[in-house]
Amino acid sequence: MALTREEVEHIAQLARLALSEDEKEMFRSQLSAILSYAERLQELDTDAIPPTAHAVDVQGVMRDDVVRPSLPRDAALANAPQAQDGFVIVPTVLEEHA
Amino acid sequence: MDIERLTLVEIKRLLDEGETTAQELTDAYLARIETLEPHIRAFLTVTPDVAREQARQADERRAQGENAPLLGVPLAIKDVISTAGIRTTCGSRMLETYVPPFDATVVQRLREAGAVFLGKTNTDEFAMGSSTENSAFGATRNPWDTSRVPGGSSGGSAAAVAAAEAPAALGTDTGGSVRQPAALCGVVGLKPTYGRVSRYGLIAYASSLDQIGPLTRTVADTALLLSVIAGHDPLDSTSGQHPVPDYLAALSKADVKGKRLGVVREWLDNAGLHPGVRDAVQTALATYESLGATLVDITLPHSEYGLPVYYLIAPAEASSNLARYDGVLYGHRAAHTEDIWDLFAKSRGEGFGPEVKRRIMLGTYALSAGYYDQYYKKAQKVRTLIRRDFEEAFQQVDVVVGPTSPVPAFKLGERTDDPIQMYLADIFTLTVNLAGLPGISIPCGFADGLPVGLQLIGRAWDETTLLQMAHVYEQATDWHTSVPSLTNA
Repeated sequence: MALTREEVEHIAQLARLALSEDEKEMFRSQLSAILSYAERLQELDTDAIPPTAHAVDVQGVMRDDVVRPSLPRDAALANAPQAQDGFVIVPTVLEEHA
Repeated sequence: MDIERLTLVEIKRLLDEGETTAQELTDAYLARIETLEPHIRAFLTVTPDVAREQARQADERRAQGENAPLLGVPLAIKDVISTAGIRTTCGSRMLETYVPPFDATVVQRLREAGAVFLGKTNTDEFAMGSSTENSAFGATRNPWDTSRVPGGSSGGSAAAVAAAEAPAALGTDTGGSVRQPAALCGVVGLKPTYGRVSRYGLIAYASSLDQIGPLTRTVADTALLLSVIAGHDPLDSTSGQHPVPDYLAALSKADVKGKRLGVVREWLDNAGLHPGVRDAVQTALATYESLGATLVDITLPHSEYGLPVYYLIAPAEASSNLARYDGVLYGHRAAHTEDIWDLFAKSRGEGFGPEVKRRIMLGTYALSAGYYDQYYKKAQKVRTLIRRDFEEAFQQVDVVVGPTSPVPAFKLGERTDDPIQMYLADIFTLTVNLAGLPGISIPCGFADGLPVGLQLIGRAWDETTLLQMAHVYEQATDWHTSVPSLTNA
């Protein structure tokens, strides 16, 4: 399974990863090799086999609906790269159009 | 104080009998860390102030008649487990300055048990790797030979215990990341049953595979530490409801007579298995036989597909889990970005290292439209076959045995350019995570002067049998008493 450079760029875009030109080439060859290796799974007939998402039978247990204190705002914002007046600052998301 | 060979059980006895204090012990470990760290680099953050304060409090609590299970016992914690107020980086530039505002459940349980935190140990970035060379802050070195890797991704924890910079440590195991470094560093490492230990506050890599486990000098120490951290947690919806036995007490009833050990033929016949590792494992099997166990040849026919299955499922889950690092609420944020999309892409491009990017890309691809059935769903189906292989094996045997790692510790840099070669380091461990089973690695000899690990795999939720079987072997041999000379450190 050989990936093209365009496919690598598309995957990087889906994954929101800015890559350098060198990285694109490196990942193109490495991902191609790993995907070729994974091709061996096609040797197995799995038509009648159900998929496993969790190996151990753990059910999604609902916990009691008890109100607990949440993280204080200061603590929640303490690791934010940029914050002001109790808000996180990011570049403009919505722009006004004339 | 000579701390080189101290175990948790011995430390508890010394404290109980008033032969030492938590403060004296803590100072001894901090001094050893200071001496050895320039050579080993097992820690990303050492926390002397936190440790000394916890030790002081532990001594005070003890003076008042309290005796919690780990009161005054120093430990190290892998840097992917959240510790309130202590920097937690996941070995990544992305979280270089991150200080969690809350504790992981395991950390909370260690605090209640009275443990003293020496610091946070080095890891492959976001626990992705088999050598601890993927840490953004530099590789950890193997205490047995500092030109070699300690294994990964809990290489910092394994090296810290092997070098006696800490008597025990917590690691995490997604595809073998506790057991493989335990084997390469000559210590004991346990991956509990999936759901046995809460993952709340463990910074997620692959959620259906991740599990926190202890790294210690002896099986008894692992039993003690597991008893503290195991058990249901309402904050983790995948945490099991099963009662937690007193694992340490169970060891006194350990006996292998009449037990059936399943020897995985295709693992021992694997062409990539180092001859010295094969010899050490075969000698260990003969020891079990002499102790009264019966060896049964078994086959796990789909285990050869474990590697491709793992390297589709784990990256798929990682691509989703690591989507949270977008430079907005916490973590690295790129400077000079044009808009929000540019901020996401540049922050992630700058913050993540090559292995993490590789796995995010692989996972994104495997989950993308058009390839989901061919890769991700196919892998989940083969995962079922792997799980069934183990179920069939456990119809015939009590425990499955084999090597932990195909090779002893390899040289730093030897495999970094070839991802598939690096991934092969976990070939015997990752099927255990895919099947959700408990597995332990214990020292069973040396190859080329480097430690070899024996892997025992048990039935889901039955850590007791696993620990008992490991303990009997440990008592019959003295591999676990060997310590690295550190002459080249």
